[in-house]
Amino acid sequence: MRVLVTGASGMLGRVTAALLQAQGHAVRTFQRRPSGLAGVEDSLGSITDQTAIHRAVQGMDAVVHLAAKVSFAGAAADFEAINVEGTRVLLEESRAAGVRDFVFISSPSVAHVGEALVGQGATEATPALVRGNYAQTKAKAELLALDANSESFRVAAVRPHIVWGPGDTQLVERVLERARAGRLPFLDAGTALVDTTYVDNAAAAIGAALSGMDRLAGQAVVVTNGEPRPIGELIAGICRAGGVQPPRWAVPGGVARVAGSLVEFLWQRGGIESEPPMTRFLAEQLSTAHWFDQRRTRELLDWTPAVSVDEGLARLAQHYQGNQASFS
Amino acid sequence: MVTLPGVDPSWPAYRDVPSTAAVDPAGTTNSWHYLDNGSQLLEPPRGTLLCVHGNPTWSYLWRSVLAAGVEHGWRVIAVDQLNMGLSERTGRFRRLADRVDDLNDFVESIGLTGPVITVGHDWGGVVSLGFANRRRDLLSGVVLTNTAIHQDPDRQIPAPLRLALHPMVHRWGTRDTSAFLDVTHSLARPSLPKEVRKAFLLPYRGGARRQGIADFVADIPARPSHPSYPTLRSIAEGIRTLEVPALMLWGPEDPIFSDTYLNDLAERLPQADIHRFEGASHLVGEDRDIATPLFRWLNGARSAGAASPEAVSPEAAPPEAVSPEAASPEAASPEAAFPEAAFPDQEPAQAGTFTPLEHELIQRANGPHTDQLAVADMGADGQIERSLSWQGLEREVQTLAAALRQIGVRRGSRISLMVPPGVELTVLLYACLRIGAVIIVADAGLGRKGLSKAVRGTVPDFLIGIDLALTAAKLFNWPGRRISVATLPAAKRKLLGVQHSLAELRAASGDGTSTETDDAGLDPDGLDPDADAAILFTSGSTGPAKGVVYTHRRLAAMRDTLAQTFNIRPGDGLVAGFAPFALLGPALGTTSITPDMDVTKPKTLSAAALADAVAAIHATTVFASPAALRNILATQPELTDQHRAALAGVSLLLSAGAPVPSRLLTELLGILPGASLHTPYGMTEALPVTDVDLGLILSAEADAAAGNVVGAGNGVCVGRANSGAEITVRPLNQEGTADGDPTTDAGITGEILVHAPHVKERYHRLWMTQRESSRSGGWHRTGDVGHFDGDGRLWVEGRLPHIVTASTGVVTPVGVEQALESVDVVGLAAVVGVGPAGTQAVVAVVETIPPVKKPGLAGAELAAQARNAARSVGVELSAVLAVPSLPTDIRHNAKIDRTAVAVWAAGVLAGGRVGKL
Repeated sequence: MRVLVTGASGMLGRVTAALLQAQGHAVRTFQRRPSGLAGVEDSLGSITDQTAIHRAVQGMDAVVHLAAKVSFAGAAADFEAINVEGTRVLLEESRAAGVRDFVFISSPSVAHVGEALVGQGATEATPALVRGNYAQTKAKAELLALDANSESFRVAAVRPHIVWGPGDTQLVERVLERARAGRLPFLDAGTALVDTTYVDNAAAAIGAALSGMDRLAGQAVVVTNGEPRPIGELIAGICRAGGVQPPRWAVPGGVARVAGSLVEFLWQRGGIESEPPMTRFLAEQLSTAHWFDQRRTRELLDWTPAVSVDEGLARLAQHYQGNQASFS
Repeated sequence: MVTLPGVDPSWPAYRDVPSTAAVDPAGTTNSWHYLDNGSQLLEPPRGTLLCVHGNPTWSYLWRSVLAAGVEHGWRVIAVDQLNMGLSERTGRFRRLADRVDDLNDFVESIGLTGPVITVGHDWGGVVSLGFANRRRDLLSGVVLTNTAIHQDPDRQIPAPLRLALHPMVHRWGTRDTSAFLDVTHSLARPSLPKEVRKAFLLPYRGGARRQGIADFVADIPARPSHPSYPTLRSIAEGIRTLEVPALMLWGPEDPIFSDTYLNDLAERLPQADIHRFEGASHLVGEDRDIATPLFRWLNGARSAGAASPEAVSPEAAPPEAVSPEAASPEAASPEAAFPEAAFPDQEPAQAGTFTPLEHELIQRANGPHTDQLAVADMGADGQIERSLSWQGLEREVQTLAAALRQIGVRRGSRISLMVPPGVELTVLLYACLRIGAVIIVADAGLGRKGLSKAVRGTVPDFLIGIDLALTAAKLFNWPGRRISVATLPAAKRKLLGVQHSLAELRAASGDGTSTETDDAGLDPDGLDPDADAAILFTSGSTGPAKGVVYTHRRLAAMRDTLAQTFNIRPGDGLVAGFAPFALLGPALGTTSITPDMDVTKPKTLSAAALADAVAAIHATTVFASPAALRNILATQPELTDQHRAALAGVSLLLSAGAPVPSRLLTELLGILPGASLHTPYGMTEALPVTDVDLGLILSAEADAAAGNVVGAGNGVCVGRANSGAEITVRPLNQEGTADGDPTTDAGITGEILVHAPHVKERYHRLWMTQRESSRSGGWHRTGDVGHFDGDGRLWVEGRLPHIVTASTGVVTPVGVEQALESVDVVGLAAVVGVGPAGTQAVVAVVETIPPVKKPGLAGAELAAQARNAARSVGVELSAVLAVPSLPTDIRHNAKIDRTAVAVWAAGVLAGGRVGKL
């Protein structure tokens, strides 16, 4: 199968593209910079550029759409243009080019409204209810995508929850950076149970989605390792893997949420480019339970995660030891 | 009318009904409002439920019954009594007699032909019973919820009603303001939703609309001089001859219609099935789902005998009114999914010969051993403090039985015995058995609240207790005439409301043999073997403590099982350090001695006290609680050589109630070198059902470790079924429900079912619970989960409500907990599930050595060790939490309240505050 992977410059996009290629697919990637992956065809361009998109989808059987603005800060218009408009154009161009299958990579945050999620199944995206530019625009985009599903153009949404692994800048690097700086508190006692997804598992789930479109078309599934862990334990594990002392102190979740939203507001107002230290969204993610019922997901995808959390942490540790070794 | 939550728009109806009530002038017609689900029924109804509300509610009270009636094919009519609800305000004060006439007029007017089941609440219960008593031609059953039919003229009516009747308060509280309504609504547990409260208030806006409420209160026949008293009295006496099935659904927290009134009704309608919803109050139909049990009962689950078809007279039940399904209604109910045929055949418990419990006592008192020691108490000085020979015991029993009879104790009287085990309790117990009185044994192990609930729920007629018990009785206003064990000073006696003392009773009765006139009552051969003999209580470690009723036959069977399984012979010496079995000493013909200890705290039995007791009677058998064993080991340094020599003569140790680790038993061998150590499995509902000794446990554990016997491991090995008992397991499905076909195949996990002649007769006033517990073809459902191994040994894996349903399958706690407890720093572990059934996260909550100061996440090292330990038995843990201590039951201090642990862990792991467990 000829598969286009958008957003292959990110960790998950890169691993997914490599996996699909290893599975024998002909892979083309689409992003602004070269993917750096050997043996795949790079089609360079921006997701806000319809001409570039048009070019990229030609001759493809399937599209895996990962490109998105993933951030806790930034202007609302950027999120809208990249996440919603970009998806709409990609859907349109893909259908026009005769693409048969389209896998939209989404996030459980599209259906998440702030309370604890305990053994939750995948519910419908609710752009009006969710908080933050990222979640709102991803929710809108997911609705657009699933709406486009038809007999001849099959669309499904895969929502991996907190993807991490070697090379992750979203969670792992942020945690390590702040832990090194002594600025990473546990929220509450760090006991909130949180599901995460090791990057290889997320990629394998996306591959399974592509081959399982008969069952999956028109639906959204949440993908995780199915190993919820207390957030404190996870963060401590990441710190240890990265060779940093885990945090010892606690900030009550309520206080952190207020601080988070204040910071978020100031960042947006001031147009500061770098990521804020903690946003309300992140505070919520880290202080309330977020774990999911994986039974339907595994049945629909006919897939189980191959890399456990412990194995993932071991690989992460190896990655950092390897890096340190190469620096010295 | 406005739409009300829970009310179908097709139900409300109005009807003009000609009145025959004495209060109305001739020719009066009154307008009635009522709810009727008849138009929703697709087929002719199986019968009609006539629901009558009390004061100050209205037909809205019965909405759940109307809705369920549609589902089950029963017509349900709920009336608003005149001057109440949305019925007419007649302007006339309607007394009880008028109200019974009113109801009959209504029924005549709508042409109800029967069969009719009356359903009543509060004063509507009285009115409905008045109707039931009069219209026996239509009646096929009565259902009562918190109500009363009789007021003891010697006792005051409940305080809240006294207040409502007070001239200063009455008009203001019931008519001028909504106070009486508000107070009634506030009794709901949990509180009523706002819209429901609004619905209850709807017909009572404005003082004029509330006159009926004031009149209803004024019509309470608080004393014999009251105009309605004769009517009440005639109904109360009349219903004694009602032969139709009866169901009573009760909220025991009701400050007005307490258990005393339930008890009175139960005596008048002895055929009644009774269920008390622990924690529910006056508005029991709001607090709990009463419709489900009500229709389950109607659909043929009534107690055998009570549901006799003769109850419905042929003319009252036209053939078309009773559909063919009604004859076998079980066919349509979920229970039918459990075919009785799937269960092994069993003999009815009633079969077989019956040897009264006191048989051996009488034999020995009249035989060659009459001067030998029968019972004894040890003193603190290591010597026997009090004792009786067989002859002495028999004489004391006879004297006390006669004395108790003189103060009114009869067959079936309930007597709460709050006396520590020992000679005194033994005498009392066998005296009660001889009379045929029902013994209530509620112990301090239930905790203060549990004990109080247990006493109130059983409504003892008499309470015999030590000072502490009598003080509690006074403090918590427990029912029953109070008898003190000791002779109290007059002032204290008055303060505690004590009417008799045992010494005084004995003195009055003389030697007991000469004054007795009614021999039949004291003749054990005249006892009904199947009459209730005793009510014991479960430990309440899994929900509220349940009363467990034993008949004489079942108690005798318990004795026989003990004697046969453990080869206990008359004449053996027995140290009775464990209450339930200790009481069976005289029944077994053994010489029983109570060691010096605080029997309410089993763990206070010391090694020396045990040895002194053994030495005093050359005992060969010791009964001790599991908690006591730990203390015996801890205090063994105090043993002298003589002590050790005495203990070496013990050949049998029996400890039951909670699992005892083999490590601890092995250590005990150092003190009891000649003893075979047995820790049988059993429960308050069936004591004991297996036998297992240290040797068997060790070989089972070796097999588990070696993995050479199918099913060995994953739980506590409790051995094999003992004499008279049969055990099977009912496999669990993915959701953790035990619904498979019973099996004894190795390695199949399921709910443990027991059949034995010594299983409980029933639960006390827990009709639904009893039904659930015995619905598997009459086998007792233990609520425990376990499996057999290839060698026929039973392994217990935990409690059914405590199993975890992970996405990978069912996880039972005990095996994982054992694995966790093998980690050095883990003292005690609880394994619980959080999250939705079927996809739960498995969580370990542990007590560490030394204990942590604050609850929270376990450290990285402990978490890793715990995860590895759980993984070794095939379970992935999501979280490991450490707590200063885990909650355990008071009685055994061993059974972890995993339900409480799960609730706590769920809160913590959702990101909530890490509060105290």
